[in-house]
Amino acid sequence: MALFQKTDGSGVLLLAAGDNIAVATSELPAGTAREIGGRKVVLTAGVEVGHKFAVRAIEAGTRIVKYGAPIGVATRDIQPGEYVHTHNMTSAYLPTYTLEEGHQFVKEAK
Amino acid sequence: MTVTGYLRSDQRKGIRNNIAVAYLVECAHHVAREIVHPFRERGVNLIGFSGCYPNAYSHKMMERLCTHPNTGAALLVSLGCEGFNKGALLDTIRRSGRPGQLVVIQDAGGTRSSIAEGQAWIERTLVELQATPRVSMELSELIVGTKCGGSDATSGLTANPAMGRAFDHLVQQKAACIFEETGELIGMENWMAERASTPELGQEIVKTVAKAARYYATLGHASFAPGNADGGLTTIEEKSLGAYAKSGQSRISGIIKPGDVPLAGGLYLMDMIPDGEVRFGFPNINDNVEVAEMIACGAHLVMFSTGRGSVVGSAISPIIKVCANPKTYKRMSDDMDVDAGRILEGRATLDEVGREIYDLVVEVAGGKKTKSEALGHQEFVLTYKRFEPLGPACFPSAA
Repeated sequence: MALFQKTDGSGVLLLAAGDNIAVATSELPAGTAREIGGRKVVLTAGVEVGHKFAVRAIEAGTRIVKYGAPIGVATRDIQPGEYVHTHNMTSAYLPTYTLEEGHQFVKEAK
Repeated sequence: MTVTGYLRSDQRKGIRNNIAVAYLVECAHHVAREIVHPFRERGVNLIGFSGCYPNAYSHKMMERLCTHPNTGAALLVSLGCEGFNKGALLDTIRRSGRPGQLVVIQDAGGTRSSIAEGQAWIERTLVELQATPRVSMELSELIVGTKCGGSDATSGLTANPAMGRAFDHLVQQKAACIFEETGELIGMENWMAERASTPELGQEIVKTVAKAARYYATLGHASFAPGNADGGLTTIEEKSLGAYAKSGQSRISGIIKPGDVPLAGGLYLMDMIPDGEVRFGFPNINDNVEVAEMIACGAHLVMFSTGRGSVVGSAISPIIKVCANPKTYKRMSDDMDVDAGRILEGRATLDEVGREIYDLVVEVAGGKKTKSEALGHQEFVLTYKRFEPLGPACFPSAA
């Protein structure tokens, strides 16, 4: 596994060249535009530190790839710039859930 | 590079000169805690097993902890009627050359007299331990564990890969390094197998992770807390990817189970998921289960990464806390030994933080207190489990 060394100050991190998601290293508001892996990506929602967003279109049923490794499957079509979390992807192994009623994992950065 | 350690009669070397006080059933917990209380800042550590009924795993764990290289002496506190085989444990402690004593509350005449008897023994033994020989200890004689707890999405980006770098340095120095959390390596099994020192070991690694996935599926709960998802981790595979980074890039030398001490330097995967049908419940009810298990494997110290902000330490061996998230570090810096979030802020590289952790491991091995140690943290937990012995493929270097 090739490791990145340091962030470049852009607030986004594409961990491996073939990844279809990137990670926010600072809080990014909706509308943030960045050049990532040769494509221009505009965030459609705010993304918190450590959370992730699509850098290209991802079809429902295909793998989400981070650091070159599959981390789950898209549960619906995801557009470039869209926040990626429990609302649009799921584990290929075991489900993610909470018993706390009304608790939302998906929270937008402001 | 060498540090100065404590030489035990069984020729093992420790980095601390502790006394372990162990209750052998919950009914003896209060008495044991009271015995420890006045000495808790003088290296007297409380451990114990709550269950009344005997269990081979918990007995082995207690034997390993009471004869751990950091443990110079052990006091057992029994109610009197519990199922724990106290005679066998006391015998193991004394045969290792360590001072060992047993206080049986029902024989001593109750709470007050048991506390007095235990404390008098501790007073005498603390003096005796001052004479423990100090010897030079090579890094190749060191055993180090790694663990992550209270993880968020920054854990896998900063602290875990930085600890992996520290592991790479330690493995180069021929130290024995242990990573674990097979339930949090789900999805990484094929990558890990490629790093195994033999193809047979690779197959064992894949089987070990499959066992973990089966176990958690039966329990209906992955090793994944709602807080992990709040922190941006969506799936167990994504959490695994981060947890896996702790192992660094070295070749994997073998698989061990809780209480198995590595016989040589290298990188080892500790399989902490019980064998056989699912019983006794969740295999890692909290982070300290695996910390205690790695210590039972001989770990002199444990590196522990956290993104959300865990404060735990441990009985017996010090914990180095590596904070992954720069925001968490600012809020909880008193509890954190290393600020790995600097990598996200562009203030340090992964290699620099990895080197800093490695240097700190050497300092802590040489006697420097970690933050959790100085704050008096001594968390400890031991539950019921069942394991079968390892097969030969798990330990190719012993063959």
